[in-house]
Amino acid sequence: MAQTVTSKKMALAKAINESLRRALDADPKVVVMGEDVGKLGGVFRVTDGLQKDFGESRVIDTPLAESGIVGTAIGLALRGYRPVVEIQFDGFVFPAYDQIVTQLAKMHARSLGKVKLPVVVRIPYGGGIGAVEHHSESPESLFAHVAGLKIVSPSNASDAYWMMQQAIQSDDPVIFFEPKRRYWDKSDVDTEAIPGPLHAARVVRAGTDLTLAAYGPMVKLCQEVADAAAEEGRSLEVLDLRSVSPIDFDAIQASVERTRRLVVVHEAPVFFGSGAEIAARITERCFYHLEAPVLRVGGYHAPYPPARLEETYLPDLDRVLDAVDRSLAY
Amino acid sequence: MTVESTAARTSRRSAGNKAGTTGTKRTTSTAKKAAGARKSTEPALVQLLTPEGKRVKNAEFDPYVAGITAEDLRGLYRDMVLTRRFDAEATSLQRQGELGLWASLLGQEAAQIGSGRALRDDDYVFPTYREHGVAWCRGVDPTNLLGMFRGVNNGGWDPGGNNFHLYTIVIGSQTLHATGYAMGITKDGADSAVIAYFGDGASSQGDVAEAFTFSAVYNAPVVFFCQNNQWAISEPTEKQSRVPLYQRAQGFGFPGVRVDGNDVLASLAVTKWALERARAGEGPTLVEAFTYRMGAHTTSDDPTRYRHDDERAAWEAKDPILRLRRHLESAHHADEGFFAELETESEALGKRVREAVRAMPDPDHFAIFENVYADGHALVDEERAQFAAYQASFADEDGGE
Repeated sequence: MAQTVTSKKMALAKAINESLRRALDADPKVVVMGEDVGKLGGVFRVTDGLQKDFGESRVIDTPLAESGIVGTAIGLALRGYRPVVEIQFDGFVFPAYDQIVTQLAKMHARSLGKVKLPVVVRIPYGGGIGAVEHHSESPESLFAHVAGLKIVSPSNASDAYWMMQQAIQSDDPVIFFEPKRRYWDKSDVDTEAIPGPLHAARVVRAGTDLTLAAYGPMVKLCQEVADAAAEEGRSLEVLDLRSVSPIDFDAIQASVERTRRLVVVHEAPVFFGSGAEIAARITERCFYHLEAPVLRVGGYHAPYPPARLEETYLPDLDRVLDAVDRSLAY
Repeated sequence: MTVESTAARTSRRSAGNKAGTTGTKRTTSTAKKAAGARKSTEPALVQLLTPEGKRVKNAEFDPYVAGITAEDLRGLYRDMVLTRRFDAEATSLQRQGELGLWASLLGQEAAQIGSGRALRDDDYVFPTYREHGVAWCRGVDPTNLLGMFRGVNNGGWDPGGNNFHLYTIVIGSQTLHATGYAMGITKDGADSAVIAYFGDGASSQGDVAEAFTFSAVYNAPVVFFCQNNQWAISEPTEKQSRVPLYQRAQGFGFPGVRVDGNDVLASLAVTKWALERARAGEGPTLVEAFTYRMGAHTTSDDPTRYRHDDERAAWEAKDPILRLRRHLESAHHADEGFFAELETESEALGKRVREAVRAMPDPDHFAIFENVYADGHALVDEERAQFAAYQASFADEDGGE
């Protein structure tokens, strides 16, 4: 199938930049706000050039106060704006956690549906970049537990582009977890494509022996695992979940009914992680299809370690393959 | 201890500052006089009506109530009386078991009616959970305020209908929403203003400090209206601040003023002044309405454990309704017929509220699953369906009998 001329190769960070640019262009109510998002273009340059082109009232450098950023974004949304706010790093979202959990998530229900808060909270997350403390965490489960929020995480540039478009168009608050260690990974983005539903999972590699389910930064790893397993004659299916709230359980179920085995991979700690919820629900849905218990690979129940230890902490090829072996051994 | 540590007890006004204000360039000679007339330990506060109901001149703020008529004054009086009646009815309804909880505004009527009546229709209000008087001014049906206290909803009115946001229970959160909304007004090029209510306890919250910062940096058209009712449940204001609260504004770069919160006229005038500043592009203002929570924090509270009756007695002498009544009577602005008619109206309101609350139905079970998301969510749909099946299983049992 021939690629259209609208498709071009770009890095994941650039895809988000292009998506924000398109949204700012299309809707005067869209505003981008956060620390250093203006002149600097954000510490990862995701908002590079946007303030220059759309001005300081559309691309807003905020005071260094996360609760203030999210709290004022809520106020702007009440006034009819569609703010896209940046939290500079995963570990810095917690001053805003109160506003996100008690206000952003609940105001629609509190108002019996009269108030809508179309706010996107962008959070670069995850490890693997050799950073100092608080710069490598994966707090998605802390948000998934809260009704009223939607949580997504793209794994590639094309999804980053389109999922950002859809998140901005959503009338619900969306926490948009950006896999920071994949910011510079390039892939094709078709800016004229018709995207699938925001919260639908996608089979990125078909297989018959076992399903690997992941999202964000771990999708690439799972594809590498599938390559390695193929050399050993094992056919693994890789499912990119894309959304953590809601989770596309139908897609996982369909895959597991084919492969009968499931390993969930995420950087976040395994304990009370999204893998735990997936394991419970898939066990309920697929009890008679499963040949092995649902296994999980993720971070340990320990603070995210210093950079020199993060390769030990993070799921890698061997740890996932080990889980695959254990599952297949049943 | 630093030199600044004495600030809580010692007035540090310079001769150039207006009485009870900080951070403003305005100066007046009357202000200095008013300041000088007070004990040095107490910061001056703007007052236009004394507790005895005597109208006192204030060159700075008189212009903001210059056009006020006898009818307007009767209107303010009516607002306060009906608000107090409504509040008393709600307290009774809680005692009767019709409401789970009530947060009374008793004693704060002047601060709320004065500030509430200073607003234009296109202004936007962000209340705490105690702004029943402001809600009244905005035209929110008082019975709508009771749903959340009865437990049938978490806020049953349309915020856009009267530009009166839902009650916010988490302390201080709404000051940031107000600031963001005000930033939006600026972007729209409108001349509306926003008023954010909060209390002395909330002044300790980080969100309030962040709201001050954001509003100052963006010069947002917002009035921070702090009702200092002296008590954050059991903790006196001294546990929240070493400086009078209005002085907090100075460090953020905008004016703060303390107004007699039991003086409806002064509350009206000062709020109008602050709103006009906002409309004129002069940015935020902090108004500290010095008042008193006459009742308990809520119906679940027991103030006898932490404060003395004599304190309440001292504040009763400064009652907001009583002082306006004295003024109306001495100025012959109202006759017996007015007060009698208001009494009748007041009782009718109590009856209407009572009947409305008792008739308020419990919500349908499925309301749990409604409005969780604007665009829907697969898990909510799944759980709703599971719950429906569970409910239906009882119907099947009933049918089988």
